[in-house]
This record gives sequence, structure tokens and C-alpha cells, in this order.
Amino acid sequence: MSKPLLSVSGLGISTVQDPRTLVNSVSFEIMPGEAVGVVGESGSGKTLTALSILGLLPRGVSVAGGSIVFNNIDLTKASPEMMRNLRGSDISMVYQDPMTALNPVMKLGRQLLEVIESHEKLDNGSVARVEAALREVGIPQVERAMESYPHEFSGGMRQRVMIAMALLLSPKLLIADEPTTALDVTIQQQILALVSEQRRKRDMSMLWITHDLGVVANLVDRLIVMYAGNIVEAGTVQEIFTNPQHPYTHGLLSSLPSRTDKSRKRLTSIPGVPQKPWLVGNTCAFAPRCFKATAECTASAPKLVGTLEKSVACFHPMGDK
Amino acid sequence: MKRSPLKPKGGLYYYMQSTSGIVGALLLLFMVIVSICAVFGWLPHDPLEQNVEFAMQGPSTTFWFGTDEFGRDIFSRSLDGMRRSLTVSVSAVSIAATIGVTLGILSGYLGRWFDQLIVRLSDVIFAFPAILLALAIVSTLGNSWYQTSLAIAVVYTPIFIRVARGPVLTVKEMDYVKVTRILGFSSLRILRKHILPNVTAPIVVQVALSLSWAILTESGLSFLGLGTQPPNASLGLMVSEAQPIAAFAWWALFFPSAFITIVVVGLNLVGDGLRDALDPARRSS
Repeated sequence: MSKPLLSVSGLGISTVQDPRTLVNSVSFEIMPGEAVGVVGESGSGKTLTALSILGLLPRGVSVAGGSIVFNNIDLTKASPEMMRNLRGSDISMVYQDPMTALNPVMKLGRQLLEVIESHEKLDNGSVARVEAALREVGIPQVERAMESYPHEFSGGMRQRVMIAMALLLSPKLLIADEPTTALDVTIQQQILALVSEQRRKRDMSMLWITHDLGVVANLVDRLIVMYAGNIVEAGTVQEIFTNPQHPYTHGLLSSLPSRTDKSRKRLTSIPGVPQKPWLVGNTCAFAPRCFKATAECTASAPKLVGTLEKSVACFHPMGDK
Repeated sequence: MKRSPLKPKGGLYYYMQSTSGIVGALLLLFMVIVSICAVFGWLPHDPLEQNVEFAMQGPSTTFWFGTDEFGRDIFSRSLDGMRRSLTVSVSAVSIAATIGVTLGILSGYLGRWFDQLIVRLSDVIFAFPAILLALAIVSTLGNSWYQTSLAIAVVYTPIFIRVARGPVLTVKEMDYVKVTRILGFSSLRILRKHILPNVTAPIVVQVALSLSWAILTESGLSFLGLGTQPPNASLGLMVSEAQPIAAFAWWALFFPSAFITIVVVGLNLVGDGLRDALDPARRSS
């Protein structure tokens, strides 16, 4: 079996002052060409995990332990200059909100050239390269688009430009942090299809971050479910959707509206609110909301055990259906 | 070529919508032309030439603005004085804007102790009344034109620090700046090409306003005898020299004062016009 492109092990993230754990001992791997989805609610630590891979944790938050090995380099120990070189070229990211993610006073062509210029020398072929990248993501009238300002483009078109920017230097790993939340549903589908197609074409690894299970189901090979800074379940999409083991995953899936269910019943929900990661302590984070919780669940924290296809952190998994 | 209705209109279009902007630009243009004449020596008389025979004459066809107590032509001296005032204030504001904007942007972007240091230092300078501080610096440095410029620059640098720092605090949190970091742009590139162009509007307005204040400060210094030295002409100095004879030679006081007023009003109106043109909220559709 080939070596993983990205290997995160025991990653902990916490605030610098008055240390509060935000992400607790997270481990996962991404193989070359593989797409992995991370799902979780707001505050579950999925975005922080992605930002730590880029070395761009917000001020006041830092990696507290563990390692992030990308292509044999430990990113937690890499110098800022080295991280800067990796960002945009080897590891890239598509940003959430395309409406505000482009510099309003710079022509689009110039903005894309900036990406090349940040990592390589510009040469005679650079403009052609940018035009090819724009054409690849389905921008019509590329020559005109190069001379346009962002406000002349719609949200969907801008997200295409953002994708072209992220893919310009052929990254090995692309992180997508909810790239479609700001778009309407029909455009969402187009953008998702575009990113998927580009991934297959380039055999690029991907990390999809989303709170929407429906979005990732068809796009990724494996799923990681995060809850309050912990991974509660990980496995192939097939396994997780058809046979969820963790009560939280189970709850998430049963709260999805179904297209075939015409009974007009209320959607199922999980009672309670997510716990703050730093208040969890040495217990199962989900125990207060879990219908299967026992004394064991609050006595110690369950470990993530299992195989690459299927692993779960729970003392009382759902069992086979 | 006809403008497409969908294409954004140029900055000049919006500037020309503002009446005060147009008036200000005309007044300023007049003063600049006048100064250029002085630079090339296209003056009816030598501004330094004394001729007691013609002392204290009222405005006439030979001496348009009259003469002073030494018989020097006030028209030529006013033009030469305007050139000197503009030279000093333009160089002072250039220095202040360059240093102030650089420090302000760095301070806003880097934050932490550097920001604290810069903000405290500018607070210290702000604590002094402008003219007093300039006076103190000029009396220590000396009073050639570049030393005067330097003194005025020191006084106005903190204003540019403030004007640049504020918007940087907002812009650096914008998504498009975050994206430049995600894509691995260097800090220098982010500052120069992605932050600076997005904070220029208030800075440009501040340049126009500071120019007018700098002219007033320069005139004030010369009036107090610490700027331009006699026999050279400077608007402030001419006002000062005209003081004792103003009762019987009004023109010696009136014309240099009018020049100061016109250029200061002109610059303020230009500042207004620029603010209207650069602020999208003030643009009427």
C-alpha cells in the first residue's frame, strides 16, 4: 500500500492563554488521490484542523501536540517561510465565501498572476497558463474575464475563479472549506461537480470540510465525523451512511430529510446542544446527549478503534443493523 | 467611444460631479501655474530688486499689486512667495505621507508591540500644538527650506499614521486578504498590492487637506521670522513685513494674504471633491 500524502496524528489544538482544548488528539490520513470529508457542527474543530494543516491558525490559538506530516515534512515544525512556500503551491484551499474573497480593486487576470508570482518567476507563458486555468473551470470569454474586476462577476463565476486560483499551481492537496454554502443550490451542484472532475483529472487529494452530509456523500471516499473537538467515527462513505456505529453519527443521519418519506412528520433531532471541547475532560463528549450513555461513558474517554474502512470511538456502538 | 452603461465610470467622472471639487481644482490650478511662472523667472520684475524711488506705490499698470517700502514689486514677490510656500508644503507632505502611511500600514497589519509603540509615539507628537512643535524643530534645525519642510513633516506624520492605520485594521480582516495568506503570498506583497490599494481613498483626501495646513504652518513660521529669511519672499514673511505699513499701503498686506487664502480654500475644496468622488456612499446614482 502506498504512503499517505497527509498524516495527522494526535493533533491537539488549544488556546495559548488560559489553555482551552479546541481539538483533542485528532488522527487521520489522506492517501494520494483520495478525497476525505470532515463533517461536524460549528465549533467541532473541523475548520481549525484544516487551518492547522495550512499553518494559519488564528492568533491566540496554536498546535498543542501531535504532528501533521505532509509529503515527509512535519508541518508543525516547519518554518513560517517554508509553510508560505507550501501554501498555494502544494497545499491549496478553496475559500467559503466567493463574494468577498477576491480583491475588489484588482483585475482578475492580475490576481491569478499574483499567485504564480508568489511562488515562481513570471515568464512569457504565465498569461497563457492563467487563461488555460480559467478556461478549465468553465469561465466563458477568458480574455475579457482577465480584464474584469470581481464585481462584474456573479457568485458562482467568482467561485470558479477562486477554484482556478487554488488549482493554478497544481497542488497535491486541496482543502475545501464549505465552498458552496454561499451559493444557491443549482450553482452548488455545478461547483461540486467541477471540483470533483478536477480532482479526478489531476489525481489530487482532497479534504472536504462541511456540515452538510448530503453535499459530501457523492464526493469523497472516506468520511470523518467530528464532535466537540474529537473524531467520533471515521470510515468509508458506504459504511458510515449504511451502518453508522456512533450514536452521534446515527443521530445526524436520521435527522436528514428523506426524499421518499411523505409522512410530513417532524424531522428527528438530537436533544441538547454540543458541549464546549474544553469542558469535556476525560469523558465521552457526546455522553450528555446520548441515549445509550452509561456510567462508563462519563468515567473515561473512549478511544477511536477500528480499521481504515471503519473506526469508532464509543463504548456502546450501535451494532449491526 | 461610447461608454457602456455596465462599465464602471472613471474616478474623474465622479470628481467632476462635485461643484466644490471643480472650483477647488481651478483655484489650485491657478496657483500652480503662478508658481511655475516663478520657477522659470517669468515675472514682470525681479522680486528682490529694491528701488526706493517707487516705494509704497499703489497698484498700477507697472506694479500690478503695488510696491512695498523698499520699492519691490509685490506681484512678483507674491508669485515667488507662492512658489516657496508650495515647495515647502509639497515636500513636507510628501515626507509625512510616505513615512506616515508606511508606519501606519505596518502598525495596523503587524499589531502587537509594534502597533503599541507607533500609536504611543504619534500620541506624543499629537500632544504638542502643531505650530509650537514646528517652531521648536525649526529653531533647533535651522530655517532653510528643506529644514522647514522637515519640521512640518514631523508634525504631520502622525496624522497619516492614523489615517492609514484605521482602514488597515478593517481590510486585513477581509476575506480577500485571508485568501492571499492561504495562497502563500508574502507579507510584503499582501501589504503593497492587496492592502494599500484598498486603503488609499482616505489617504488621498488627507494629502489634500494636509497640504493646506502645511501652507498655513509654513506661512505662520515665516510670519514669526523662523521660516524663509529676508530678503527672500514668502507669503507669511510678506504679511509680517506689511504689518507696520498696512495703515497706508493696504496692498502690501492684502495681496499676499489673498494668495494664502485662495490656495488654502482651493486645497480644502479639492479635498472635499476627492472625498465625494472616492466615497461610494456619497455618489449619487
